Parts: sequence; C-alpha cells; structure tokens
Amino acid sequence: MSKVTIVVHSGDLDKIMSALIIGNGYLSMGDSCTLFFTFWGLRALRKGKLKKSRLGLSRMNMAGLGAWMMKKKMKKANVAAPYRLMEDFKALGGIVLACEMTMGVMGISKRDLDHHLIDDYVGVGQFVKASKESSNTLFI
Amino acid sequence: MSGEIKPDVVVDVVGENCPIPLVEMRKAVMKAERGQIIEVKGTHSASKKEIPMAVESLRLRLLALDSDDDGVWHIFIQK
Repeated sequence: MSKVTIVVHSGDLDKIMSALIIGNGYLSMGDSCTLFFTFWGLRALRKGKLKKSRLGLSRMNMAGLGAWMMKKKMKKANVAAPYRLMEDFKALGGIVLACEMTMGVMGISKRDLDHHLIDDYVGVGQFVKASKESSNTLFI
Repeated sequence: MSGEIKPDVVVDVVGENCPIPLVEMRKAVMKAERGQIIEVKGTHSASKKEIPMAVESLRLRLLALDSDDDGVWHIFIQK
C-alpha cells in the first residue's frame, strides 16, 4: 500500500477536479491520500462552493462563461460533479487538511468553510509529515 | 464463461465516466464480506482496463471479465 499527498493550491474547477480524481484513483486502488488545501484551494472549501460548483476555470474562464460551458460539457459526458467526487473521496477514507496560516492570509475563517469535509486545520509540519510518509507528492 | 457465477452484489455503472466505475467498485468491495462476489457492469472502456488493475492492487480475485455486443462489460470480483 502506498500513499500520495496532494497540495491543492488552486481553487479552479479544472484543477480541483484533477486533484479529486487522482485522489479517488489512489483510494480506489487501495492506497491512501491526503489533500492539503492552501491559498486559493481553500476557497473551494467555502460553504456551498463545491456543492453549487461555483468555481472558475484556470484558462479561458471568460468571466464565468468558460466555466459554465465546461460544466455543461461535463454533464453531457456524464462526468461526476466536484461535490460528488469530494463525497466519494471522504467515503473512501481520504483525508482533507486545511492550512490554518493561509486561511488567515486569505481572510477565510472556520465559519466560512464546509466544516464536515475537513479532517483537521493544520500547519506546514503536518504537510511535511504526510509527504514524508508518501511515495508521491503532487502540487496542483 | 461467467454464466454460472452468482454475484452477491451488482454494481451498475453503465453510462458512468472515469473515475466513478472505479470508485463504486471500491465502495462495494469495502462493504462486502470476505468471499462475497461483486459484479461490476459498465460501459466506460478505460474502466474495463483499470478495474482489473485495482483488483490486483487490492489483492482480490478476478473471476471473469465479459463483454456484450452492445459495449457493456461485466467484471466479477471475489473479496
């Protein structure tokens, strides 16, 4: 059994999807996965953001038009919505960590976040510990 | 070849895209008891290749892998 740690630095729809799909892939193969949310990644954990898919695209967002088109295309292709991927991630035992320091920098308090998704509020030491136990560490 | 296999659980992921077939297979395996047989049926072609990889990685038994003419595949796994 191996382990992967993913730094979720971006809050863009496409990058959040990548992190969740890779995470679910590892968990499904019997490995473990920790997602460390920091900077803009934290914004995806704000209440209602994932559930309502209120996230922009990293490229060609065009003030939300690009994200709207992407969501439409994903729905047509029967691709799971980010919230479902997050629920599956949690159901398969994935760990979600929120970086407390960047919460302060981003002006996000615990009250703003989807509390039930988050296993712990931590500092960089916790990331280092998770990463040292992992065979892979990704930065998305 | 899978005609005589009687699954205890059927996971229907027909029409579902990556990574849902893999994830649903894993959820079913977690819930199942040792010795139980799980049938996963779906249409996503990449999943047909990756589910057997997961079965190996999870140290389960792959009993059979069949494909119908209409593109539906059936994977039988024993926990």
